[in-house]
Amino acid sequence: LAGLSNTLPRVTDSLRRTSLYERHAELGAKLVPFAGWEMPVTYEGVREEHMAVRTHAGMFDVSHMGEVEVEGPGALGFLQRVLSNDVAAVALGGAQYSCLCAEDGGVLDDLFAYRLGGDRYLLVTNSANHAADLAWFGRWSRGFDVSVRDVADRYAMLAVQGPHARGIVAAALEIDLPPRMHVAHARVGNRPALVCGTGYTGEAGVELLIDPEIAPAIWVELLDAGVVPCGLGARDTLRLEACFHLHGNDLSPERNPIEAGLGWCCKEATGFVGAEAVTRARAEGTTERLAPFKIEGAGIPRQGNPVLVGGETVGAVASGSFSPSLEIGIGMAYLRSDLAEPGTEIEIDVRGKHRAARIASKPLYESPSSRKEK
Amino acid sequence: VTLADASYPEDLLYHDQHDWARLEGDEHAVFGITWYAQDSLGEVVFYDPPEVGAAIDKDSSYAEVESVKAVSDVIAPMSGEIVEVNDALADAPEQINEDPYREGWLVKVKLTAPTEAEALLGAEEYRKLLENG
Repeated sequence: LAGLSNTLPRVTDSLRRTSLYERHAELGAKLVPFAGWEMPVTYEGVREEHMAVRTHAGMFDVSHMGEVEVEGPGALGFLQRVLSNDVAAVALGGAQYSCLCAEDGGVLDDLFAYRLGGDRYLLVTNSANHAADLAWFGRWSRGFDVSVRDVADRYAMLAVQGPHARGIVAAALEIDLPPRMHVAHARVGNRPALVCGTGYTGEAGVELLIDPEIAPAIWVELLDAGVVPCGLGARDTLRLEACFHLHGNDLSPERNPIEAGLGWCCKEATGFVGAEAVTRARAEGTTERLAPFKIEGAGIPRQGNPVLVGGETVGAVASGSFSPSLEIGIGMAYLRSDLAEPGTEIEIDVRGKHRAARIASKPLYESPSSRKEK
Repeated sequence: VTLADASYPEDLLYHDQHDWARLEGDEHAVFGITWYAQDSLGEVVFYDPPEVGAAIDKDSSYAEVESVKAVSDVIAPMSGEIVEVNDALADAPEQINEDPYREGWLVKVKLTAPTEAEALLGAEEYRKLLENG
């Protein structure tokens, strides 16, 4: 069996560990390097963990994600400049998804902004982009009366997701939960914490931003309450079924939000960095577009596989996996815009084998619990 | 749902790429992947078998097994011609995890160079390889 060296990368000493590392090791997690961190990819199996989130409740240590606090009279003006969405529309205690665009519209990162106070916001960045985001913010904050602080070390982050997640968290931690797309201050483990009604799985749930010191105890409390520990493997299959973008796969500085299907979180009237390029892309259309697809028979698409129509290459797979919920191969691909419509028959060249597939609509899988919530 | 404990039956021959061969008479063998291989890969969700009649070469890939997150080539421990593939794995690829040496067998092969068996490892040698790996 070859290729195992790719699935089991060597863990080196230079990797950072979250405050939950000992808990992961105790549970026998498979740990892999991820964006400079040693993170659990799975505990008992990706499929089991995936289904636990779809049917019950699972929790993910996502403490590797970055946090940036933006505060001051100029906070709103600054965020309108660097974030693609209309931050002025976020009420106190609200949450909003945005792209961080370069001048040419390329997506540097995608993130959630939470409004914690009148002129105080928290941004949650992708760990691989955190340092670059901070440098970018430093450059664009000049002229604004705002402080931009790296507060990543202040928080451990636990995503608890699934149809029973909210009920279990509220009961086990004895806290009130904010509604979906909102954030609330709370006390967890007798320390200040933030509870966010957001997630990356397509299920109901919360994301807890807590003191790293008390994170191991909270982890055990939730474990004892029946929440299933889940690794980054299941996080990826869950987000792909929900058609949530992964920066580095589906988003990159070479792609603008319009071709990525993220025009909905771009409000060009705010004049954000990259707004002109996004305006142009929206008006003129883009050569390629990101579209979800399902394999019709056997085969599992993987990132980089060519997409074919009539024997001609028309694009490439950006994210591909086996879907534990649908039990078929699924993915998202950038392909010629005229072909990126639901129903279009395509083929995926999976290591030389042409697998029949069809463009689908978003999401690829919709959970009953998230449907009920809308 | 994988076998909880590592096992390497004494009656099999092992290839260092984590494949096993069970000799059947002088000219035939059954191939599969070892406990270590299935454990490293995780739950197998797809097995793409070769065609019956295909020629396979020792040390070369003859099939693919995929978990949710990864795809791996399966390496032939010996050379030969495929005479049978385990069709039951199409609907139940998890057999490769649950019973890698029996129900989870991958192919039956008519050997073209039976003496290649001499270069394969015994169970004890393979265990040592894993320990020192």
